Amino acid sequence: MSVRLGGGQGFYGDTPRAVEGLLADGIDYLCLEALAELTLAILAKDRARDETLGYTRDLPRYLTAAIPAVIDGSTKIITNAGGINPRAAAHAAIETAKRMGVSGLKIATVLGDDLMPRLNELQAATSSHLSNMDTGAPYADAGTNPLIAAAYLGAFPIADALSQGADVVITGRVADAALFLGPLIHEHGWAKDDWDQLAAGVLVGHLLECSGQVAGGNFSGDWWTIPEPWKLPYPIATVDSDGSAIISKPSGSGGRVDLDTVRHQLLYEVHDPSEYLSPDVVADFGSAIFEDLGDNRVAVRDVRGKPATGTYKALIAHHAGWSGETRVAFAWPDAVEKARATAAIFTRRVEMAGLQVREWCFEEWGVNALGGPTVPQLASGIEPPECVLRVAWRCDDERTASAVGRELIPLALSAPPAGLAGMGRATGGGATELISLWPTLVDKHLVDSEVRIIMETS
Amino acid sequence: MTDSPRIQLRDFCGFRSGDKGDISDIALFAYDDDGYKLILREVTSGRVKQHFGSFVQGDVLRYEVPNVLALNFVLRRALGGGGPSSLRSDNLGKTLGGALVRMEIDTKGLALPRLRPRSDVQWAQQTLAALMPESDNWDT
Repeated sequence: MSVRLGGGQGFYGDTPRAVEGLLADGIDYLCLEALAELTLAILAKDRARDETLGYTRDLPRYLTAAIPAVIDGSTKIITNAGGINPRAAAHAAIETAKRMGVSGLKIATVLGDDLMPRLNELQAATSSHLSNMDTGAPYADAGTNPLIAAAYLGAFPIADALSQGADVVITGRVADAALFLGPLIHEHGWAKDDWDQLAAGVLVGHLLECSGQVAGGNFSGDWWTIPEPWKLPYPIATVDSDGSAIISKPSGSGGRVDLDTVRHQLLYEVHDPSEYLSPDVVADFGSAIFEDLGDNRVAVRDVRGKPATGTYKALIAHHAGWSGETRVAFAWPDAVEKARATAAIFTRRVEMAGLQVREWCFEEWGVNALGGPTVPQLASGIEPPECVLRVAWRCDDERTASAVGRELIPLALSAPPAGLAGMGRATGGGATELISLWPTLVDKHLVDSEVRIIMETS
Repeated sequence: MTDSPRIQLRDFCGFRSGDKGDISDIALFAYDDDGYKLILREVTSGRVKQHFGSFVQGDVLRYEVPNVLALNFVLRRALGGGGPSSLRSDNLGKTLGGALVRMEIDTKGLALPRLRPRSDVQWAQQTLAALMPESDNWDT
């Protein structure tokens, strides 16, 4: 027996339109990944304004598209759209079902990833003492007043929820691939020490979790030959009980699934591919054997796994000041020189106004803003035909960050000549809150004791 | 001694980059065994660290992934403080894969890989020309 999984969402704000193609092609589970590293901090701001928020607010649009397929028994939905408020997301799901006139939908909520209420206790109790897992720095260096703190839970609570009969499973922070591994554990009856199968499930989940990125999106190969990229499809995996799988896409859609698009996604954000750390297994992506079956189908087999570690990754976010930015375009001649002079005049004016800036960032778009030191110097006498100056700044408070931007406005008539043009709403406009991320490790037993599944029926 | 031929990674490699906190993760893909042998010898972690200069404040780790003819690079302290804190335009390092393949390497003593085709977006130009026919930009 094989299980068909669809990767219907790659981030908060992705399009629910691609879900249609997946459902038409037939999938047993629609898996929706909505939480990038930063997303929980954004959702925390929502919840601070309104207690009934804190989940990704496009969830009802996805549910509206998919609930008919759930009702006819062909599909179940797994999503981490719960963000920092999975209970509120469940209520939104029930409301959505009601609006559609649907009753009897079983909605499970997985709780236990939120570490905020227990942060002090965990700092004392957990082996890492919440030190930074990338730099080793002690938690005291992280800042004060954390905004969010959440552990990346694994796939077994999702599998448990499905065993209890859930039609829709809503989680907060879980490892992205767990949204896909959960239904595979449930359907294939994989055990907690079936390391190779779990590793295969993690690999499949990793390939599908970024939606279009495995089907020709963000693809550095011959990207210009991807068929009908304006209707790029989202991917499907057909997974056997031994973990071998076929990655494909809905028939008749645009896009492409081949060895090249698949390997591009395989190595996306994985650090050490031979030891890809997930909550449920350490997967060796280097062991996998891929075979292009043609017709937009790629087979993967022989994935090896090693026992999981004793810790969950957790991410703690802190406030990191306020930023503003501005962009000004300059035309030939002397475009770069005018940009630099304007930047210098601007910073002198900010200084004269007594505004304190903690950090500046100057970029010359059209010259080396994106490539930085990798861009070769222009040969002597060669000038770019135009240059956009971008200046960004970090300040301690919102008012100062906004005030800095206003110092640019008088330069419209008082700065170097020819082609000065304020660009974008950022000029003299509002400030943006900055957030620092603190990755750490938490002993599993300290988290597992708090994991709960709540079942509700619409 | 004769000059050995140099080649830019862009001409025979693919790439994808992403982020985790202040770490930039860059995968580099060869398209044949000759290409893989070349990047294995030439694109060392030290060379990548040097290539990115002040963009990368921490160390660079390299992982070999022969089953997909790839190298994976982990660049620490490479995103100006990490996504939501960085002041950079490209705060997530999405373009750093492209910046990596700007690197030129020495091919001395090794076979040259098959070169990759250059992009051709006639289809896009036709779409845009229909919307803005008076523009000189679309050489269809």
